Amino acid sequence: MVDTTLIGILIDGAGFQVLPFTTVAAAIALHGNRVSRRSVTGQARNVLCGMGVCQECGVTIDGHAHVLGCQTLCCEGMLIETAS
Amino acid sequence: MTNARYNYDVVVIGAGPAGLHAAAVALRHGVRVALIDDNPRPGGQIWRQGPAFDAAKPLKSWLDEHAQRGNLTLIGGARVVAVTGDRRFLIERELDAPPIQIQYERLILATGAREKLLPFDGWTLPGVTGAGGLQALIKGGIDVRGERIVVAGSGPLLLASAATAIERGANVVGVIEQAPLARVLRFGASLVATPDKLMQAAKLMRTLTFARYRVDAVVSAAQGSAQVESVTVRAGGREQQILCDRLAIGYGLVPNVTLAQALGCKVDAQRGIAVDDLQRTSVAAVFAAGECTGIGGMELASAEGALAAYAALDIDDAGVSAERHARTRWRRFAARLDAAFELGDAARALASKDTILCRCEDVTVGAVAIHANWRDAKLHTRCGMGACQGRVCGAAAATLFDWDVPPPRPPFSPARIETLMATGDDGETLQRHFDESEAPL
Repeated sequence: MVDTTLIGILIDGAGFQVLPFTTVAAAIALHGNRVSRRSVTGQARNVLCGMGVCQECGVTIDGHAHVLGCQTLCCEGMLIETAS
Repeated sequence: MTNARYNYDVVVIGAGPAGLHAAAVALRHGVRVALIDDNPRPGGQIWRQGPAFDAAKPLKSWLDEHAQRGNLTLIGGARVVAVTGDRRFLIERELDAPPIQIQYERLILATGAREKLLPFDGWTLPGVTGAGGLQALIKGGIDVRGERIVVAGSGPLLLASAATAIERGANVVGVIEQAPLARVLRFGASLVATPDKLMQAAKLMRTLTFARYRVDAVVSAAQGSAQVESVTVRAGGREQQILCDRLAIGYGLVPNVTLAQALGCKVDAQRGIAVDDLQRTSVAAVFAAGECTGIGGMELASAEGALAAYAALDIDDAGVSAERHARTRWRRFAARLDAAFELGDAARALASKDTILCRCEDVTVGAVAIHANWRDAKLHTRCGMGACQGRVCGAAAATLFDWDVPPPRPPFSPARIETLMATGDDGETLQRHFDESEAPL
């Protein structure tokens, strides 16, 4: 049975469901993914400040690059692409 | 090109305790208010809502009283990217929403604070977050059940963050405070002057148990391959490893003053927005309240927010003296807090020359340290010129090297080209700033 209270999203092409008001940064972590972006020298990075300052949680959302996962709420059908 | 402009009597930037209290006064007075925040929902950091976190009681009563008012425009998920004219600025909103110009009669800055994040070896590993950052992420929905977490840095936020993690099922294996025992105890004793805070502290320590609280100690390094797996704790010349799945670390708070400085507001010696007794900044029609004027906590921010709105609207009723009294009382608390958790030498000596300072451009502490000042370091190494505009490494450099770090130029945060184009007459000026800030020299 489909739980209609959950929100369906796609993370790097894989379907995933989260509770309403889950941030994209949290969804990525819940999905088991530990890399949001790669640094200029290729290091794996993930969310640091959690409040829209450091830019480390930047991912591509619905085709928009560098969107902050910590300040974006998941919406039904959202396409999220990380650097992992 | 979208160039919609909206006018308000009072615009409040920041929907945390200061901004919410400022907006409440203005809304009750019947003027048109816009309340703008970069988070999708109001509450700021302390009253952040999430999947398992309903609005805290003060936020809920605010929403009950004000959310449906016709004179309120609540704009979430929006950040100010540039000042575009007299009493006017441009905001960028989420994803496909077009940018808009906001025009104000009175502006109240309640832009809060960010964490002071100091570099050490391994701080770029996934799993290392701010201390308040961890709390924000837990509220945002991450699952910490069963995770071994070390919380480190300085200040009461460590206890609050650890308590939130424990309540959500984490195993907090250590809380590492840089301040020495004598100062922490003196601060604890001084809490009798603020009984609510004493109760709060007692509750936090009960959740935490004293055994896992270490003072006069710092996390000097984090280790791991794909993510953090252990940390090194340094205390009194001795080092110890603690295995963990996550490290939450922050050395206090830094006022957010970028927008204030862009407006021309003076900043004080403590790097907060300078305000007078009426919460007026040095710029006409611009007021400021809360953590952006200096770190003092939620109670002080609330009183300052209300006073800023009273002054902005030239109201002098019974409410004013009560808020003034509260402000005086909580400023004393803030001074005690600041003295107790002042950064010691150990916290300033965490980084080696190979430690990354600027995470956006991967610039090391050693590469920056050879320069005489922040400007030279920026020009030669690109540190502080990445996406965060030096908000993280600039504050760290100010602490490590005692440098004066000037504010970012517009756009204050990475902005989309459509947004830059929407600046209208001022677009050319803004584009020039943008090019300059991108150029290596």
